[in-house]
Amino acid sequence: MKRLPVQKTYKLFIGGAFPRSESGRTLVAEGANVARASRKDLRDAVRIARQAGVGWAKATAYNRGQVLYRIAEMMETRRAELASVASSKAEVDRAIDRVVWYAGWADKIAQVVGTANPVAGPYFNFTVPEPTGVVGILAPEPPLLGLVSRLAPVIVGGNTAVVIASEAHPLVAIELAECLATADVPPGVVNILTGLRKELAPWLASHMDVSALDLTGGDGDAAELERLGAENVKRVVRGKADGQSPYDITAFLELKTVWHPIGM
Amino acid sequence: MATAPALPGGFELPLEPRLPRLGSVDAVALEERADVLSKRSIKRESKVFALELAIRMMDLTTLEGADTPGKVAALSSKGIRPDPTDPGIPSVAAICVYPNLVPYALERTRGTAVTVASVATAFPSGQSPLEVKLEETRWVVEAGAQEVDMVIDRGAFLSGRYAQVYDEIVRVKEICAGRARLKVILETGELGTYDNVRRASLLAIAGGADFIKTSTGKAATNATLPVALCMLEVIRDVHEETGRVVGMKVAGGIRQSKQAVQFLVQVHETLGLAWLTPDRYRIGASTLLNDVLMQLRKERTGHYQNPDYFTVD
Repeated sequence: MKRLPVQKTYKLFIGGAFPRSESGRTLVAEGANVARASRKDLRDAVRIARQAGVGWAKATAYNRGQVLYRIAEMMETRRAELASVASSKAEVDRAIDRVVWYAGWADKIAQVVGTANPVAGPYFNFTVPEPTGVVGILAPEPPLLGLVSRLAPVIVGGNTAVVIASEAHPLVAIELAECLATADVPPGVVNILTGLRKELAPWLASHMDVSALDLTGGDGDAAELERLGAENVKRVVRGKADGQSPYDITAFLELKTVWHPIGM
Repeated sequence: MATAPALPGGFELPLEPRLPRLGSVDAVALEERADVLSKRSIKRESKVFALELAIRMMDLTTLEGADTPGKVAALSSKGIRPDPTDPGIPSVAAICVYPNLVPYALERTRGTAVTVASVATAFPSGQSPLEVKLEETRWVVEAGAQEVDMVIDRGAFLSGRYAQVYDEIVRVKEICAGRARLKVILETGELGTYDNVRRASLLAIAGGADFIKTSTGKAATNATLPVALCMLEVIRDVHEETGRVVGMKVAGGIRQSKQAVQFLVQVHETLGLAWLTPDRYRIGASTLLNDVLMQLRKERTGHYQNPDYFTVD
């Protein structure tokens, strides 16, 4: 008897789960049915990301590094699946290498950008980096490498992310979500929405509980989104879709300075 | 029924022959109906109406061991003007506190439409001698509380001593009559069945309750939609039979605007517009207010809001 293959429905990734859109809508992308997120899905994702940020920011740098490394492990075991929906095998390999590269930064970034400052008084004066909070990301192309390049530096610094996946090529983002779900990434640290960017991006940019925006994947609308983000003075970043730099991590870190009296 | 004292006029219900055969609330139908009503799609205009109404109906509550005069003062100020950036937002209905804090709440709300409600009768358990409960009630009424939230003695109710529960309500009502509104807390989470909820509701109404209230907020299960609907149906039945108007208060576990709107839909569907007023329906809550304010500001600005921009308490 001929076996009937099980078809996959590509759903959203919110709070570690794979729900359909609350609106019930789907769209066809790359020949598959994909959930079309509504602004309410986005609102839920931001709320969950904010809650998840409490634990993730407190996790030790070592632990965060291990989780990122584990993401790379999971991507490695699913190379074939990722490649089937990414632009090429080479893209997948580079994305995996990039995650490993950022995993290594987890317990080094504080030493590199943190400082002990000389001050004219009996104080120790330290500057340490802290995560900014919830970061909204518009994933650039290519769909996997671009997403990973923007996502990895955000979460390695202790932020949480709400990602709007590439509108034209959303499948690989959900494939990646399946790697994240099995990689000990705490639920809610990464949330991935698929759908129409025009429907979602303005709500993400104007959301008062989003702390920073990565508009690397924004096209003509980036200026307008930046304007919407100004209401609560979001940090707005426009980086490289294929970038790899510790400055992509510090872009989403806030430097906090502590004064501690000597001899107390 | 044993020794219920004579009731003030207008409160008589033919209770005695009825209590034994009150049973059999259709639990499946009740839960289904509550579920259906909770899924109504509410459009923007109705939502804003419901949210503002929810604020006007709110008993802004703090019932913690850690309550201080300072916290009550802050809460009262917030109740009078919930959103300082938007004078269009109405005041809440009442501030609900423990007896010791009534004077501080009164001081802050003087000259405003916001009333002060106090819990009494050994809240939240009700496990104290009757004399103590009555004395406490007397104390809060004399202190100036305009509303009294009493708890029924669930221990007596669950062991079948309905007359004792009824007597207590009547005695407390005697103290409040003419001076303070009486809300009777059934603590439905501890009553076990809808039949009991219905029975306790009728007892409370017969005893003279101005409002019947779901919960203390201190039990594991608080106000749920089916329980609230069950109580609303009692109020409806009493109203249809006797014409007497009894109010309803839901309390405990209502933290999100969406829940508040679901409760209001129930009221509208069960009792109609006449009950959509703070004189007949109340929502006891503390964290709910901030969520409602966030939703209203979202409707005003068009942007989703951040709780950091709203007060902590």
